[in-house]
Amino acid sequence: MAEKIRITTPFTEEQSRKLKAGDSVLITGTIISARDAAHKAMTEALARGEKLPVDWTNQIVYYLGPTPAKPGDPIGSCGPTTSGRMDAYTPKMLDQGIKGMIGKGSREPAVVEAMKKHGVTYFAAVGGAAALIAKSVKKYEVLAYPELGPEAVARLTVEDFPAIVVIDSEGNNFYEIGQAPYRKL
Amino acid sequence: MRTIQVEKIVEEVAQMCKEAAYYLPEDVYQALKRGRETEKSPVGCDVLDQIIRNAEIAKSEDRPICQDTGMAIIFLEVGQDLHIEGGGLNDAINQGVAKGYTEGYLRKSVVAEPLFNRKNTQNNTPAVIYTKMVEGDKLKIQLAPKGFGSENKSGIKMLVPADGVEGVKKAVLEIILHASCNPCPPMVVGVGIGGTMDQAAYLSKRALLRPTNVRNEHPDYAKLEAELLTLINKTGIGPQLGGTTSALAVNVEWGATHIAGLPVAVTICCHAMRHSERIL
Repeated sequence: MAEKIRITTPFTEEQSRKLKAGDSVLITGTIISARDAAHKAMTEALARGEKLPVDWTNQIVYYLGPTPAKPGDPIGSCGPTTSGRMDAYTPKMLDQGIKGMIGKGSREPAVVEAMKKHGVTYFAAVGGAAALIAKSVKKYEVLAYPELGPEAVARLTVEDFPAIVVIDSEGNNFYEIGQAPYRKL
Repeated sequence: MRTIQVEKIVEEVAQMCKEAAYYLPEDVYQALKRGRETEKSPVGCDVLDQIIRNAEIAKSEDRPICQDTGMAIIFLEVGQDLHIEGGGLNDAINQGVAKGYTEGYLRKSVVAEPLFNRKNTQNNTPAVIYTKMVEGDKLKIQLAPKGFGSENKSGIKMLVPADGVEGVKKAVLEIILHASCNPCPPMVVGVGIGGTMDQAAYLSKRALLRPTNVRNEHPDYAKLEAELLTLINKTGIGPQLGGTTSALAVNVEWGATHIAGLPVAVTICCHAMRHSERIL
């Protein structure tokens, strides 16, 4: 593996535009979790003209629903969930200033277009490496929608959170680049 | 007649939920290690290293392998000479699931109603329970918690007899290519062939109870399993970011079907193919 690139948050468009598909990164700072139910709630709030409970400017969103923390731990197991389920909501969320997304799996063309427009990077964490990823999370604070339980919007303080750039701000897709040499059908 | 108390069932099921969530079966762990040895993609190797390390951390620290600790799928074989005392069998199973998921710090991922309200039941019940009556006086319980990153990519095709073996391979491959990097590969692929639409789906789930290193007893189906595995590993999907280890195993189960039909169902499981079993 090539040298890992260190990223500290807040994550600006300038930082985002430097990253290329296939880059391996370690993220330090804060990232914000939100998944299906929170995305639905937030886009509905926006449609009603309401202000969101979180300022998403220069934030990285993590598609996550963790297991409950054991006593003494900041968080339980906390790997990425499938990003594609958030695609219907993502262009509207990117309008709110998000510059990075962490999840797993492919994205719809409409999401990639919105990423290019706003200079957003999509990272993948390793799906199912949830106990390992938990080691890089130091703090977990619920910010909004506590009633959603594991789907609540929360701030995670992370140190050297491992991820890979899978779609960069120019739309280059590492899932396609990575699979092509090994497709022998 | 042999008697078993429901309290015993509750306790065992609770324990099984925790075990399945924390401890990756040894055959799957070994399959991941073999995959790491043969993987051609450097990024794929890095991903497999993380997955293997993750399984080791989960086991040594009693932590869930994955945050999606799944919906509890339970397969029961109830001996017809067994008497269950103190309450209902399904209630006991659900009580055990609620207890295990709560005590074990597992995620509660079940909503009571799927479309309008989607309210979380807060204890991961109800379980999906399949019950089969068998001879004897034992109770066999198999638990396979199922995450939905992979479940969402499962599928079914109603083929016709003329489609034959090539049609089956094509149908499985189409579902796998559609799933691509999403279901947390390397996958374990359960295939159900025959029966009715619902039975094929059931067989594809049941196929995932079989260890990854045990092939179908029927030589033709064992050969089909090997051929499907080779085919899936040529897709390039690899361990999520491309490579040669797209699947760890393909398990096929088959059943009698109608003269006009050839149903093929595929249940995709992620690399965390979790299960536990008890005979009471």
